[in-house]
Amino acid sequence: MATMETKAAGGIGDAVLRKEDRKFVTGEGRYVDDLRLPGMLHAVFVRSPFGHAKINGIDTSKAEALPGVHRVLTHATLPAETGVLSASNPPGSDVRQPEQPLLARDEVRYVGEPVAIVIADDRYIAKDGADLVLVDYDPLPVVCDAEAALADGAPLVHSEYPDNAAATISHETDGFAEAMQGAARTVELRVVNQRVTPMPMETRGCIGDWQQATGEVTLYTSTQVAHFVRTFVSIVCGTSEAKVRVVTPDVGGGFGAKLNTYREEFAVCSASRAVGVPIKWIEDRSENAVATIHGRDQVQYYTAGVDESGKVVALKFDAIQNNGAYHQLLTPSISHLTVFMVPGCYDIQNISIRMRQAFTNTTPTDAYRGAGRPEATHGIERLMDAIADDLGMDAAEVRRVNFIKPEQFPYSSSTGLVYDSGEYDATLDEALRLSDYAGFEARRAASEANGKYRGIGLSTYVEVCGLAPSAVTAAIGIGAPGWEHSTVRLHPTGKATVITGTSPHGQGHATSWSQIVQTELGIPFDDVEVIHGDTAFQPYGLGTYGSRSLAVGGVALYRSLGKVREKAREIAANLLECSVEDLEWTGTSWQVKGSPDRAKTIQELAGAAWAASSMPEGVEPVLEATTFHDPPNFTFPFGTHVCEVEIDPATGRIEIVNYTAVDDCGNVINPLIVDGQVHGGIIQGLGQALYEETVYGEDGQMLTPTLVEYLVPSAADVPEMTLARTTTPSPSNPMGVKGIGEAGTIAASSAIVNAAVDALSGLGVRHLEMPMQPARVWGAIQEAKA
Amino acid sequence: MGQTITVTVNGTAHTADVEPRTLLVHFLREQLTLTGTHIGCDTSTCGCCTVHLDGEPVLSCSVLAVQADGCAVRTVEGLSEGGELHPIQQAFHENHGLQCGFCTPGMMMTALGVIEQNPQASDDEIREALEGNLCRCTGYQNIVAAVRSAADQMARS
Amino acid sequence: MIPSTLEYTKASSIDEAIAAVQAGARPLAGGQSLMPMMRLRLAAPGAVVDLGGIAELVGVCEDGDEIAVGAMTTHRAVAADPLIGEHCRVVAQAASGVGSLVIRGRGTIGGSLAHADPHGDLPAAILAVGGAVIARGPGGERRIEIGDLITSYLTTSLADDEIITQVRLPKGNGRSAYAKFHRRAIDWSIVGVGVAIGADGVRAAATGVADRPVRLAGFEAAINGGASAEEAARAAGEGIDPTADLDGSTEYKRHLAGVLAAQAHQAAQG
Repeated sequence: MATMETKAAGGIGDAVLRKEDRKFVTGEGRYVDDLRLPGMLHAVFVRSPFGHAKINGIDTSKAEALPGVHRVLTHATLPAETGVLSASNPPGSDVRQPEQPLLARDEVRYVGEPVAIVIADDRYIAKDGADLVLVDYDPLPVVCDAEAALADGAPLVHSEYPDNAAATISHETDGFAEAMQGAARTVELRVVNQRVTPMPMETRGCIGDWQQATGEVTLYTSTQVAHFVRTFVSIVCGTSEAKVRVVTPDVGGGFGAKLNTYREEFAVCSASRAVGVPIKWIEDRSENAVATIHGRDQVQYYTAGVDESGKVVALKFDAIQNNGAYHQLLTPSISHLTVFMVPGCYDIQNISIRMRQAFTNTTPTDAYRGAGRPEATHGIERLMDAIADDLGMDAAEVRRVNFIKPEQFPYSSSTGLVYDSGEYDATLDEALRLSDYAGFEARRAASEANGKYRGIGLSTYVEVCGLAPSAVTAAIGIGAPGWEHSTVRLHPTGKATVITGTSPHGQGHATSWSQIVQTELGIPFDDVEVIHGDTAFQPYGLGTYGSRSLAVGGVALYRSLGKVREKAREIAANLLECSVEDLEWTGTSWQVKGSPDRAKTIQELAGAAWAASSMPEGVEPVLEATTFHDPPNFTFPFGTHVCEVEIDPATGRIEIVNYTAVDDCGNVINPLIVDGQVHGGIIQGLGQALYEETVYGEDGQMLTPTLVEYLVPSAADVPEMTLARTTTPSPSNPMGVKGIGEAGTIAASSAIVNAAVDALSGLGVRHLEMPMQPARVWGAIQEAKA
Repeated sequence: MGQTITVTVNGTAHTADVEPRTLLVHFLREQLTLTGTHIGCDTSTCGCCTVHLDGEPVLSCSVLAVQADGCAVRTVEGLSEGGELHPIQQAFHENHGLQCGFCTPGMMMTALGVIEQNPQASDDEIREALEGNLCRCTGYQNIVAAVRSAADQMARS
Repeated sequence: MIPSTLEYTKASSIDEAIAAVQAGARPLAGGQSLMPMMRLRLAAPGAVVDLGGIAELVGVCEDGDEIAVGAMTTHRAVAADPLIGEHCRVVAQAASGVGSLVIRGRGTIGGSLAHADPHGDLPAAILAVGGAVIARGPGGERRIEIGDLITSYLTTSLADDEIITQVRLPKGNGRSAYAKFHRRAIDWSIVGVGVAIGADGVRAAATGVADRPVRLAGFEAAINGGASAEEAARAAGEGIDPTADLDGSTEYKRHLAGVLAAQAHQAAQG
């Protein structure tokens, strides 16, 4: 890090208020539904009401006769080169990639699959028109549960795949079988990580604008990955990538739901080409519930071989992932991330893994906050409690016995990762202290005196983020690299523009990136503008997901700032008539060592570089630099969350009475933003633990199609949280940063479930599945008592 | 089919022709291009579309535009005056009470109703009163802090 | 998110409203139940008549042994009304828990009853005190006891051309309370129970356990027969057969009815 004599407010490490806020609190945010183009028409999709059906025919005549309806397009009339593409082909997994046409051709395979698109003057008429499209269906047998789908004789989702198998990822270390055989005892556990729905408060939406004369197409879309959408639009719509522009306006939350390329994005482009005007589609919430990817839906079978000290000497993990009816952008890779993190923060060198992925008649699953890692963490953290229970050990102690020790870093895991840095005991110690773990038994007794069950639960997690080294993404079959872009441009006045390839949707990159600029280049926070989200004027960027923005995009920015600073040094040396070695950086200027009166501020140097009248030999005008940063490794944030609950045996309701999180994400740019990410992350994990589940009925109908049935918690339903941090910098990047966007979600669910199981352990309850709704908890109590 | 209505929005009277089925939120967003009021659900669960109708917070998805004929509507665009942020806006900013910003306008409009009805509200009462506004980003902790801080600020001024 | 085409009129008197209803319009009260159904196109009335402009439908007053509550009185007003609080606390409590703060400011007591949601709190609370509604149609007014009003899931005994104009709450139910259980704060009750301790004994009525609000005969018989609240709670599930769903099993809901009845009974005594 650059030397700084004074630390001005607004630099790295300061809790600076966000520069993004003003437009949002005044209603001047511009989300995709706020945009309107001249001549724009509106689209509503007709969607399958069946989980699986043959399409005999589609009668669009009534809809087309409705005044105000311009066109009704179906598979037969909507032009496209290909269907939706997946970028995920895990090697050795025999992955199958079923065709996913933009509009269903002759078969629908999940409720909500798009069948036709109605284009009309406004959304009201388009909806009326959609209700008039008559589709003749023959319902077919459905299967929604992944284990059932892989069983013999299950209904087939795709008739060409006679076993519903989508992919299988297998991995076993040498010596696993011997180690398992030699284990003193084994502990088994089945864990269900239920299907959930991301539910960003802004649904998806997009506008396609195809210029007939030039063949240029602009797609405005609520996405996390604008460039990736551009690449795929060019392929799917059959046009040059150079003619496709993707614009990301303000995005109202993503959580992985918008880390994708969807049928509707291609369809509005293609429809705009067919109709000749811009076409807007905005997803309704109940449409979002079926048309946007879901997350999780994994059943896990653990067998741990354990010695008498509680040390896991061998671990077998056999799991089934529900992929849904088709493969979206990364579907087969999500459970691959689970595979990577099966051992968690524990030194488990003998491991056997099988991850079977299944097709079902459900909405495809894909990345949802944490993407594969929450499943791994939830399972291994439940397993650690099961081992502690089996051995009669304390839950914290069994973790300590198994932790990877500080001196083992960089640590090569049995699943092929190299963990960068960690000090797991430190977050555990701090979390136990803050949560008064030692005083818990007294609190438990007090609750019992009041007729309540009280429990405490731990989650000691590590996660893999900062996606990703490009060689690794290639090796694991993801058809996209993991580098990130940044450009720093200094204007003649000394103000700066940062162009970033990251794609914030609530993370506050404009603020954090400005802080980095202030610290590294001495340009005041307020003099920095950060722009993103328009492929027309920014080089390729990979976007925002996988807690990568700071660890990859931020580091790309850091490196560009270094380039600018060094170029400025050469110009300063020329102006000050000295050698570059004679200069020292003060934090805001280059000065001759020991001579504060002989200095040039960065602003002066920006002006001089623009004026270019006295440039050193061979140095180009203008202070501007670009970096494409490909990280050498992932980063591995970690921490300990402690949850304490009280359960009312009369109703089964779980009340969280205490929640403490100690996280370590390396160096922190803005503690305010980091805390905000942790808060939000925990509450999404809590949502999964207590409230949320996407449920399909036996007939393939979704039973949770609106926010009335799908229980996103409100302020009234969640607790206050206590946060703290330790700091273990990552050695993998010069800023020592990791990532924090997903950690809270990855950590939270197991802490909460462990607490609830602990509360009921005296009754003999050994496990609870999520969501732990009151009826389920009450049922477990009755069963244990019976 | 259309009916002519006059609605005073943020102090300005607008006369317009609307289809009777037009929701107030669509009237505000599409006809008046006041896009600060958002739509987050279709079941009256999320509160994103909350505005004030004659001084009372309402879900603008649950009111027909024709029902607002002759009424005064205040939206998020009407909160700040002369470039000065309203205390509720300032408090959301200062407490990092927003991330993606999508729920924020509705959250603030409900919060103002809460403060009006119970200026001394405790944290628990604030949480209870915000039960009809969903946020997927913040985990609510900073929103509660923002509402408490705005209530204090408004009580002082 | 988009209602079907409709015609809209705003009535300025009850007679005007009835004329509109006779012509086929659906009454639109606070809109907090009907509007969401229209947005999802679960309801598609070709015409609605807005009752929001009829002054005589709003307000609470004493009328002999009863309290007369205008059908268009909002949940917030019902919850805060001193007369209702004094004489029919269970109704005020139920009103204070409907929906959210914003919904309570617009939703109405008459609208809730006419909507007849099997998880609605107000019908159970009013059944607990033995209330009634006054319905008016072209032929005049009639009184419908609350137990006769809601006949099934989202169905009432109102004639097509009748509207609820008033809710009648008998005085003397000051010792009463409402207890409900739901998952999120905003959610409909899984089960809710209103209990009133009147001159002729304890009445208990539940929502969420049938397709309409029902009296908890088992609980009432036990408690009026001198059983303890705990014993009576165990009897609360007698004769009810709630539908199992994502919120819980039949057995769980029966159990909840007892737990909530005991809670409400306890609170009613205070």
